[in-house]
Amino acid sequence: MEKTTLFDKIWDAHVVKSVPAGPDVFFIDKHFIHEVTSPVAFLNLEKRGIGVKNPSRTVATPDHNVPTVDQDKTIKDKLSRMQVERLRENCAKYGIELHDLGSAHHGIVHVIGPELGITQPGMTIVCGDSHTSTHGAFGAIAFGIGTSEVEMVLATQCIMQSKAKKMRITIDGVAGPGVTSKDLILYVIAQISAAGATGYFVEYAGSAIQSLSMEARMTVCNMSIEMGARGGLIAPDETTFEYLKGKEYAPKGEDWDKAVAHWKTLKTDEGAVFDKEYHFDAADIEPMITYGTNPGMGIKVKGNIPTTEGMEGSNKSSYLKSLAYMGFEPGEAIEGKKVDFVFVGSCTNGRIEDIRSVASYVKGHKKADNITAWIVPGSREVEKMAHEEGLVKILEEAGFELRQPGCSACLAMNDDKIPSGKYAVSTSNRNFEGRQGPGARTMLASPLTVAAVAIAGEICDPREVFQN
Amino acid sequence: MAYDKFTVLTSTAVPLPTDNVDTDQIIPARFLKATEREGFGDNLFRDWRYDVEGNPKKDFVLNDPTYSGKILVSGRNFGSGSSREHAVWALYDYGFRCVVSSFFADIFKNNCLNIGVLPVTVSPEFADKLLETITANPETTITVDIPSQKITLDSTGESESFDINEYKKDNMQNGFDDIDYLLSMSDEIDAFAANK
Repeated sequence: MEKTTLFDKIWDAHVVKSVPAGPDVFFIDKHFIHEVTSPVAFLNLEKRGIGVKNPSRTVATPDHNVPTVDQDKTIKDKLSRMQVERLRENCAKYGIELHDLGSAHHGIVHVIGPELGITQPGMTIVCGDSHTSTHGAFGAIAFGIGTSEVEMVLATQCIMQSKAKKMRITIDGVAGPGVTSKDLILYVIAQISAAGATGYFVEYAGSAIQSLSMEARMTVCNMSIEMGARGGLIAPDETTFEYLKGKEYAPKGEDWDKAVAHWKTLKTDEGAVFDKEYHFDAADIEPMITYGTNPGMGIKVKGNIPTTEGMEGSNKSSYLKSLAYMGFEPGEAIEGKKVDFVFVGSCTNGRIEDIRSVASYVKGHKKADNITAWIVPGSREVEKMAHEEGLVKILEEAGFELRQPGCSACLAMNDDKIPSGKYAVSTSNRNFEGRQGPGARTMLASPLTVAAVAIAGEICDPREVFQN
Repeated sequence: MAYDKFTVLTSTAVPLPTDNVDTDQIIPARFLKATEREGFGDNLFRDWRYDVEGNPKKDFVLNDPTYSGKILVSGRNFGSGSSREHAVWALYDYGFRCVVSSFFADIFKNNCLNIGVLPVTVSPEFADKLLETITANPETTITVDIPSQKITLDSTGESESFDINEYKKDNMQNGFDDIDYLLSMSDEIDAFAANK
């Protein structure tokens, strides 16, 4: 029998038809929508005079553009309010399940999907958002799509999609203390570059990946897109089943047993061939931070910003443009740089483990005077747990400001913007120019590093902050 | 939705020799608040094009009247980042029908083909050649020919062939989109879903 990869197994099971010399007609099990990339899709359905084919396969929540204060009140920003209202109207009209602002399951779409057990192994999952790759942590094929494709899924439950090439990234070994899954993925992206996996779907494997919790795996898969990959996935195992068991939308009773039996078959055959393979040793990885304007521009916190040696042409000019934006010089150390803001949140690191990690670090300490510290839970459920576990109290005593769930300062569509020229160390996923507000300078790091920076007021190694 | 047919395009071109042009630069998130697909061209490259007061930045190529055209030639890894189709809507709305680069991000490329903007991938050497030539001679035209899958620098006749699958090629030339095709397959999709 042909040896196949996990990606092949799930992909091939969802191909309705292969178009000769063209893409596959690809069936979608679960479709998530939010207020920003769906309105035009619904509008086009109306123009064509067609409806939603299978509303039960779509789940909605407003997240990108919602305020993170006063969520119980009318949204002040007119355009944001219109987008959220349009989402409500569309969901009501077509019978789509909506986890609205203020409801018990509201949150960032990539946080609530897993949290509710909607995301399951073997599924195909899409959403008009590139960080849909997050759901791959469960052994699902999950990726971001454009609004035309949102319309396709609503209308037909399928999209036209060419199968990506296959890449495996294996991380073996044991990471040192203070090294988190965010550091693993920032390290990988720095090694293979922000475009290094373009055209590929990535499977993450190896003992350092298998030992991660589900939430930590989600952080890894979430950032697959930041190296250009269509998505990333991890074979489901006992950690996955344990996480899903008892979740609201997970199968129950006999159905559960059947599902687990199937999920256990979802793995890459020994000897299956990938188009490209990378191997890394977790022991080589240290706490990481980005210094430039794409997520591939990462170094260890203890490292120096690369010099321009060996660079030429548009490569060099783009690099210098990026450093000029950040206000950094080639060759200098990043440690000790003053910081103005820290942001803990987003679909990358806005889950309860992330908040626990920050709280346990800052407990009994105060943020530095020069720091404004925002903490934005990924969902209402995360927010609730943070209160119940006493984390909110710890964080507030340390000087952090807790906000309500949403994408918030990760992309700064709402009022949560970093002012121009200011430095923010963020647990989010993109350090593009202006990502966190026009002129804002973003450095990406783990929740642990962000916690350490909040206390120290400058870039520092989380392994050293409290040593003295 | 359906778009204008695209077979052969001859046009002057705009050079943007920057690598890793991400979708947040093409259209920043704060301009994604519309509920209709209109007016996105006004905010194309917003923060490179205008200062905080909204005044045009003189050194940005879209503000330089020397350069114009329906083709944008850019650096490597164009369109990385977010899946926002608004980035392509902004390019289309501004007047671009073709983007040339030595390397495109995946989702961006799909989004382009879905709304009728042609992404043309050329070799890094040819991309450099195009950038140099159009920067030095803004009158130079480039011809992009879908039926023969060829891009030509008209002043010198130098050309390269480019990839596009037959299905998308047909769509672009006829202004079809994928939904037309998928709707025609409704029965097959239903049969497939019933067995799941």
